[in-house]
Amino acid sequence: MLDDLDRRILRNLQEDPTQSLPDLADRLGLTASRLSRRLEKLREGGVVKGTRAVIDWQALGYAVEVSLRVTLDKTNPRAFDEFIPAAREIPEVLEIQTFLGQVDVRLSVIARDMAHYQALYRDRILQLPNITDIEALMHVARITTRTALPL
Amino acid sequence: MTELDEIDLALLRALSEDATQTAGALGRALGLSQPATWRRIKRLEEAGILSHRVLDLDLEKLGFGVTVFVGVKLATKGRVSLDDFERAVSAIPEVQTVEHVLGFYDYRLRVVARDIADFERVLRRRIMTLPGAGNVDANVLLSEERRPGPLG
Repeated sequence: MLDDLDRRILRNLQEDPTQSLPDLADRLGLTASRLSRRLEKLREGGVVKGTRAVIDWQALGYAVEVSLRVTLDKTNPRAFDEFIPAAREIPEVLEIQTFLGQVDVRLSVIARDMAHYQALYRDRILQLPNITDIEALMHVARITTRTALPL
Repeated sequence: MTELDEIDLALLRALSEDATQTAGALGRALGLSQPATWRRIKRLEEAGILSHRVLDLDLEKLGFGVTVFVGVKLATKGRVSLDDFERAVSAIPEVQTVEHVLGFYDYRLRVVARDIADFERVLRRRIMTLPGAGNVDANVLLSEERRPGPLG
């Protein structure tokens, strides 16, 4: 179980995962060795899975981002098992999420421009198996991205 | 930033999986010296391609049992109501991301909650009462995977 100290550590760390252990210890009023033991426990317990860098695809020249909400043909019991591995084969697919609700699967797709997106959509996306319906949401702006959970 | 070569792409791939790797370790894996690797990472950061680092936490272990994507359609449109809506929605702590989208919905929210009952509370008390909020739909996330993206 997590206690208040664990939560304080995580709250601080998720605000800036690159800060050094001594800095973080200082901010929390802990010794570095106590903090590192706590962090080790959080990692071992699988609470902290890791730290990853976020790539800004727009800065890499991918100006278009589309969220595709896909409904699958559930009369085929293997609909998900066939669709998801095929979606993984498309490099421009950044995220694959499955849902309970109206939408079955959501793909987050990036493209260099609209012409590239159109080609991707026709030649790759529409070729994916078991699709009965696709609804596209074109990304306009990211208003808020909170990296911190309300711990 | 001008052209990225294969080594840059490999660095992006490696750091987007594990950002705690040192320039020395990454360099060894790619056949580069530690300073040369460090310079490349610095260049990718300065170009804004490597934007920031995030801590990957196990939501379930932290007590957040459900993640829900909420589509919100605004009932009334206009410049003022967009700003008001965005400000109010961004202030809800359970709302992790807010995206302005074009299509059937105007905004897409990623919401975390302890359980479905907790989500219902957030939905009723905070989201459905947002200024200008009209039609709302919710889809509960079952699984999620992040792909490396088009990195060569």
